[in-house]
Amino acid sequence: MAKPRDNGAKKERRIRDAAYNSGKPVPVVYGPDSPDESYREKLGAPGEYPYTRGIYPTMYRGSLWTMRQYAGFSTSADTNARFHFLLGNGQTGLSMAYDLPTQLGLDSDDEAAQDDVGRLGVAVDTAQDMADVFEGIPLDRVSVSHTINSTAAVIQAFWLIAAERQGVALEKLRGTFQNDMLKEYIGRGTWIFPPRPSMRLVADIIEYNAKHCPRVNAVSVSATHIAETGATLAQDVAFPILNALAYIRELTGRGLHVDDFVPTMSFHLSVGGGVGPFNLLESIGKLRAARRIWARTMKEKYGAKNPKTMQLKFSTGNCGSRMAAREPLNNIVRQTLYTLAAVLGGTRSVNMACFDEAFEIPSDESIRTALRIQQVIAHESGVADTVDPLAGGYAVEAVTDQVEEEIQAIVDDYESRGGIVPFIESGEIQRLLARQAYEHQRKISEGEQVWVGVNKFTSEEEDRMSAGEGLYEADDSALEKQMARLAEVKAARDAGEVADQLEKLARACESKENLVPYLMDAARARLTVGEMTGVMRGVFGAYVEPSVV
Amino acid sequence: MASGTRRIRVLMAKPGLDGHDRGVKVIIHALRDAGMEVIYSGLRQTVEQIVSVAIQENVDVIGLSILSGSYMGIARRLMARVEEEGLDDCLVILGGNILERDVAGLKALGIAEVFNHHAEMAEVVSYIRNNAAAGAA
Repeated sequence: MAKPRDNGAKKERRIRDAAYNSGKPVPVVYGPDSPDESYREKLGAPGEYPYTRGIYPTMYRGSLWTMRQYAGFSTSADTNARFHFLLGNGQTGLSMAYDLPTQLGLDSDDEAAQDDVGRLGVAVDTAQDMADVFEGIPLDRVSVSHTINSTAAVIQAFWLIAAERQGVALEKLRGTFQNDMLKEYIGRGTWIFPPRPSMRLVADIIEYNAKHCPRVNAVSVSATHIAETGATLAQDVAFPILNALAYIRELTGRGLHVDDFVPTMSFHLSVGGGVGPFNLLESIGKLRAARRIWARTMKEKYGAKNPKTMQLKFSTGNCGSRMAAREPLNNIVRQTLYTLAAVLGGTRSVNMACFDEAFEIPSDESIRTALRIQQVIAHESGVADTVDPLAGGYAVEAVTDQVEEEIQAIVDDYESRGGIVPFIESGEIQRLLARQAYEHQRKISEGEQVWVGVNKFTSEEEDRMSAGEGLYEADDSALEKQMARLAEVKAARDAGEVADQLEKLARACESKENLVPYLMDAARARLTVGEMTGVMRGVFGAYVEPSVV
Repeated sequence: MASGTRRIRVLMAKPGLDGHDRGVKVIIHALRDAGMEVIYSGLRQTVEQIVSVAIQENVDVIGLSILSGSYMGIARRLMARVEEEGLDDCLVILGGNILERDVAGLKALGIAEVFNHHAEMAEVVSYIRNNAAAGAA
């Protein structure tokens, strides 16, 4: 009989009390009476190598995962209001959505931006917009996740300047920049420059943050977009790991050791995305296997000494491909299952798609419901009371081993052929995922894979959401408002200083210097994301997509 | 080869800034499996680029895929361009997350058919077969 184990967790942080229905206390963690070799090698106690059972000894008894829903739209004032709404509803971190022009380095007054200003996220043209988004939100207390990639170096500069204006020291800042360019070529599509200069930008941010703001994760190596592009469960961990190894080589090529910078790297793993059937146990096993693979890779192959380098830090989420447009309220149940898998798999943060995801960016109702799912699981299910509660179960351990083997085989295959980058450049990965996405769709069309309410147990009832009822309404005035804001900032600048900053930035791009300090200077001088990106494009060139279908 | 037995030529295009391309690639595979010739534009094409490729490649169908919600402005500009270039025989269809309430407006602009989240691959294939100039002749 497994007995509760203490493992010294109480020394680390205050532990929340928890009791069973009987009134008996819930132990923080259960484990074997006398751990054998196999337990120590494959599992270890929570907080111990190889971290299969979690990277912290007390997990959710010490502190719950961060509840963070993706939000941002229209102008900085509108997004500021949404952020205050979410924090007021008990959300514990922010996840900021940028509009497509900002993600692609286009100013709001650019003709190519006109359909998309403030549409899928907030428009941020200058450091002033960023400061306004965080008006009244203390950046030393609220952590912020930024979904930004090609322009991450510019946007991070804006954010650091916003913190500077709040009087917050850089080392106190907490947050994450997605800054994961390789997956943009695989699946998300907000690339600007070719892969090689993009890798330099990714590495510049990692190198800078490791030195100056170590609590700001410099990259969130993302599985979710790869999954939603058409990856299988094993591929959606293997490909991000391969991307991370490519970034690591970029940094070790600069003479750094993994312990110098890997602690500022984080992951965003997928649960409930991808192709093929969802399986709760397999998804839990995947998250546990991912931690074990990362720990072993860092320690055994890269000589990591720092435990933080070996600890796979990840948030979890999905992008909504399984959120059905038919009978959309069923999606609440789906997200509950995915959230449960993420929590039982030991995630640090959850950000799930909302039930109206197939239609629009989330309404207030659907985003609040997504948050409530997490709160119900945290406070009404008891699963947060026991660390890695399924450990030792025959099924979960077997499936963890099985998925680990599948992931490792894919990683080893590409690594033995020089890493993933050439296969992204040639479009091979993209072609593979497109083919798999098609196969998945065919199985759904033919009823081979059940999708409740869509291809089985269907109703004839017309969905109120198809008619547009209760959905988020796009702000048609965003373009006009944002252009006025931008014109105001531009009019107040000194033309000579702007030209001077652009020139300095161009020279830095041509050199091998870290670009982050140059971008911060440019941000202070109120240069726009379009101006800075334009300079970089001039030096780095533009990416041309390979033929992928 | 007599017209009418000629293979239907389709340009599948991603206009605007939207980077979601899983759906368009799924449809490309489905159309090819149905025997059509399909050209893919790649991401982030302007309406001018799309119409110019449609002319060069002499396509029967332009299929637009838009998941960013920005379809109204794009459809308006693209249909104006299609008219300017006299592409009367070219069937223009649109897929993506398109709200029902906007479908009538899109059709008024000249979009022949709209395929939203509920659409089956087979519906898109048979619609093109029944309505494209090359297929219907």
